[in-house]
Amino acid sequence: MTVTVSMTLNGKKVSADVEERTLLVSLLRDHLRQTGTHVGCDTSQCGACVVHVNDRSVKSCTMLASQVDGADVLTIEGLAKNGELHPMQEAFRDNHGLQCGFCTPGMVMSALDLVANNPDPSEREVREWLEGNLCRCTGYHNIVKSILAGAKAMRKGG
Amino acid sequence: MSATGIGAAVRRKEDYRFLTGNGRYLDDISLPNQSYAYFVRSPHAHATFTVGIEKAENAPGVIAVFTGADIVKAGLGGLICGWVITGKNGEPHKAPPHPLLAVDTVRHVGDPLAVVIAESYAQAKDAAETVEVDYQPKAAVTSPTAALDNSAPQVHADAPGNLCYDWEIGDKSATDAMFNKAHHVTKLELINNRLIPNAIEPRSAIGDYNSGTDEITLYTTSQNPHVARLVISAFVQLTPEHKLRVVAPDIGGGFGSKIFIYSEETVAAWAARELKRPVKWTAERSESFMTDAHGRDHVTHAELALDKSGKFLGMKVSTVANLGAYLSTFATCVPTYLYATLMQGQYTTEAIYCEVKAVFTHTTPVDALRGAGRPEATYVVERLVEQAAREMKMDASDLRKINFIPADAFPYQTQVALQYDSGNYAGSMDQALKLIDYKGFSKRKEQSKAEGKLRGVGFSAYIEACGIAPSAVVGSLGAGVGLYESAEIRFNPTGNVTVFTGSHSHGQGHETTFAQLVSDKLGVPFDNIDVVHGDTARIPFAMGTYGSRSLAVGGSAISKAIDKVIAKGRKIAAHTLEAAEEDIEFKDGNFTVKGTDRTMDIGAVAFAAYVPHNYPSDELEPGLDESAFYDPANFTFPAGTHACEVEVDPDTGVVDIVKWVAADDFGNIVNPMIVEGQVHGGVAHGIGQALLEGCQYAPDSGQLLTGSFMDYGMPRADVFPDIEVATQVTPCPHNPLGVKGCGEAGAIAAPAALVNAITDAIGASNITMPATPEKVWRALNAAG
Repeated sequence: MTVTVSMTLNGKKVSADVEERTLLVSLLRDHLRQTGTHVGCDTSQCGACVVHVNDRSVKSCTMLASQVDGADVLTIEGLAKNGELHPMQEAFRDNHGLQCGFCTPGMVMSALDLVANNPDPSEREVREWLEGNLCRCTGYHNIVKSILAGAKAMRKGG
Repeated sequence: MSATGIGAAVRRKEDYRFLTGNGRYLDDISLPNQSYAYFVRSPHAHATFTVGIEKAENAPGVIAVFTGADIVKAGLGGLICGWVITGKNGEPHKAPPHPLLAVDTVRHVGDPLAVVIAESYAQAKDAAETVEVDYQPKAAVTSPTAALDNSAPQVHADAPGNLCYDWEIGDKSATDAMFNKAHHVTKLELINNRLIPNAIEPRSAIGDYNSGTDEITLYTTSQNPHVARLVISAFVQLTPEHKLRVVAPDIGGGFGSKIFIYSEETVAAWAARELKRPVKWTAERSESFMTDAHGRDHVTHAELALDKSGKFLGMKVSTVANLGAYLSTFATCVPTYLYATLMQGQYTTEAIYCEVKAVFTHTTPVDALRGAGRPEATYVVERLVEQAAREMKMDASDLRKINFIPADAFPYQTQVALQYDSGNYAGSMDQALKLIDYKGFSKRKEQSKAEGKLRGVGFSAYIEACGIAPSAVVGSLGAGVGLYESAEIRFNPTGNVTVFTGSHSHGQGHETTFAQLVSDKLGVPFDNIDVVHGDTARIPFAMGTYGSRSLAVGGSAISKAIDKVIAKGRKIAAHTLEAAEEDIEFKDGNFTVKGTDRTMDIGAVAFAAYVPHNYPSDELEPGLDESAFYDPANFTFPAGTHACEVEVDPDTGVVDIVKWVAADDFGNIVNPMIVEGQVHGGVAHGIGQALLEGCQYAPDSGQLLTGSFMDYGMPRADVFPDIEVATQVTPCPHNPLGVKGCGEAGAIAAPAALVNAITDAIGASNITMPATPEKVWRALNAAG
C-alpha cells in the first residue's frame, strides 16, 4: 500500500507517494533525490543520516516517511544560502573537519542541534554529544574543533 | 611560499561539495531502468548446500535469480590473489579457488551463494528470503592457531592442514648465534587482534551494459579502478579490458578495504550484461561486517636478545597469520613482505629471523587494512623493546636511543631485505620527549596516585615502508603487477589545467594537494587547476591508492609530467621570443629570456600550443598535454615516535588517554593541515585497535559475534584526547618531491604506544588488545 507524504523540505513544499514501509532516509534519497543525507549502517548507530525534523535532529533511517507528513524537514542541502556556506559548514571547511565527507552531513546537522540548545558547548560536551555520529577518517579531532569554531561563529552572528 | 603552493595549509577544494550534500558517492548514483541486487549469504561458517530458486524466481518484482552454477555455466573465473609467496619448501602458496558465488560449499558466515535481482531493493530482499538453501553444516575453525591442529576442520581440500604457506626471512643461524651470546632475552606472546575496517560508506556497485558498443561500465567503491578492471577482465574474464570501464566516484573512506576486487561488484557487472539492465548493489552494514576484508589477526611469539649494555643483538619472531576462508586480492603479501621486512624497526639489531605460517580458517578473508603488516610489525618490535627496558631496568627512551640507527648511517641495509633511505630517529624521539614533558612524568604519576589513579607512559618508535614500490623489486618478491603510478597534465587552450592522476582520493585530499603541487611548480593559479581521478575512461592506466603511496608515487608522476610541460614550454617560448632554448628560464609561471624583460607566461605558451599560428611546427607537435609514469627507486620510510600517557582507574579498569603526542618524519610536506588530519585519523584507528576494537567469532559455530556497530567497538569522539602533532623533515632522497607518506603512520604507531602505557600504568608485562576495562581490571588484580 502506498501513502502520500507531504512536507516542507528545505523551505519548499514537496509531496511523494511511497510504500508504507518506506523510511524517511529512503524518501529523501530515493524518491526526492536529495542524496546529501547518507546511510552508513542498519542499526541507527552511525549518524550519517541525521536530518532535522521540526528543528530537532533525528536519524532519518529510524523514522518512517509517513511520520514526517506535515513536518518541516531540513537536510544538509538546505543549509547554504545563495552559495554561501552556513557558519557551521564554513567552520568544518576551515578546520579540516572532514576527509572523505561521508559522515559530514550527519555531523553538521547533529552539531547544529547541539548548538541550538547549547550555544557555547565545552569540548567535552561536543565529544559526548557526538556519541551517535561515527567517523572513521578524522579521529574526531578536527570535527570537535570545527564544531567549537562553528558555535563561536554562530554566537557572533546571532 | 605562496598562499596555495607547496607547504601551505590550503583549505580543500573538495570540501564545498561534501559540505553541501553535493558529493557523488556510489549509492547516490541511479541509472534509468536500474534493477537491484540482493545476495543470499550463508548463515553458517562451514556447510555444504543445495539451492532451490523456483519460489524466488516467481516472487513479485523478481527479474532473475543467479546461483554459483550460473556463474560456472557462464564461464567466468574466480577471484584471484595477486602476490605469490614462495614458502620455505620452495613452493608457491596454496591458492584454492575463490568462486564469485559458492557452488556447493560455503566457508564463512556471509559467503554469497546466490543473487536475487528485482525491480526494487525491497523486492529483491523479500525474494531472497524465499531462496531455499538446504545446508549441511560442518565443523568450523576460526582461530589461526587452532586451524593448524591435526584435528582441525579443513577449509579447502587442496590446502592440507589449512596451511597457505610457511615462509621465512632473515638469517636463522646468525640469529641463533646472537641469542647464544645474549646477556638477556625478552620474550612475549602477542596477539594482534582482528579488525573490521568499517569505512562509513558501505561498499556499493552498479553494473551498466551498453549493447550498442558491447561495453560494460562498472561503478564501484574502489581505491584502484584500473586494478579492478584488470582483474575482472584478465582473470574473471568477464570482458576484454577495452570493453570494461570502471568508475570509482567520491568514495566514503577505504582504509584498504576498497582495494580488493570482491564478488558483488563483479557479479553486478556480469548480471547487467545478462539482463541488459543496470544492476545496483549497496551493502547493508551487516554485509560490510561479514564481507569487507578484515585486517590483522596474528598470533606471535617474539624474542629479543640484548647484551649487557642493552644493545639489541638479535630478534626471533614466529607468527601465525589468519587469512580467512579465501585469499583476498593482496592477502598473501601482508603478513610477509609488508610485515616481516619491518622487524628491523629503527634499530641496529644485528641479526633477525622471522617465520610466518599463513592459514585458512572459516572466517571472512583478511587483507590489507590501514598500515597492513606494518602495525603488526611495530607492535612486535615496540612491545619487545619496552618490555626489555623494564626487565633490564633501563629507561625505555634511553634503551631505544642507544639502539637507534644513527642519522649518518643512511642508506642503511637492514637484516630483512629493505634498504632504509633516510631518517633521524633520535630527532623524533627527542621531539616526543619534549612534547610529552617526559621529565615531568614522575611528578604527574605521583599526582595521579594521590587521586587514586595509576598513570603510565608508553612509546612507539615506529617505521613503515611506504610508497610501494619499485616494480622490479616487488616483481622479484612475487607481485603479479608493477607498482608505478601515472599522471597527465593537460593544459586547455585558455590556460587552465586538468590533472589526471591514478591515485584515487577517498578522503586524502588529493584534489587539493596535487593542485598545490601543480600550482607551485607551474605558476598556474590554484583555482584554475582541477584534479581528475577514479575513472578508467579518463585517466591513464594506474595502480591506485594504498600503502601511503599517493604523493610519493602518484605525486612524483605528476612532478615528472610537470617537468615535461616545462621542457616543451621552453621550446615554444624560445621560438616565440626568438631566443635560444638554453637562454629561456622558467620561474613562477613565466618563461623569460635570461637577462632580459622578454617574457611569456605559461598561459600564453599554452595558447600558442593550441593555436599554433606562430609555432615551431617542424620540430614540435601542437598542444600542451604531457603524461608520465613514475616507478619508484625504493620504498620510502616515514618514521617517528609517538608517546602517550594514560590514567587507569584501578577500581574499574577504565583507561583514560590523558595525552598523545606524535613526532613524525614524513619528509617534505605539501599541505600541513591535511598531514595533521591524516595523523589524527591514523592514531584514532590505532587507539581503536588497542582499546576498543576486536572482531570476535564464536569458536565452535564460527558465528560473527561482532556483526554490527552495536557489538563492535567503533571509536567514538569521547574516547580521544587532544592529539598533538609535530613533524621534522628528513627529505626522501630518491623521489623528486622528497616526500614519504603519512596516511598510515598513526595506525602503525599507536597500538604499541598505548599498550606500553597501559602495561606501564598497571605493572603488567602484557595485556591483550583491545585493552577493555575488564581485561585491565583482571590484569591489575592478577598483577597486584
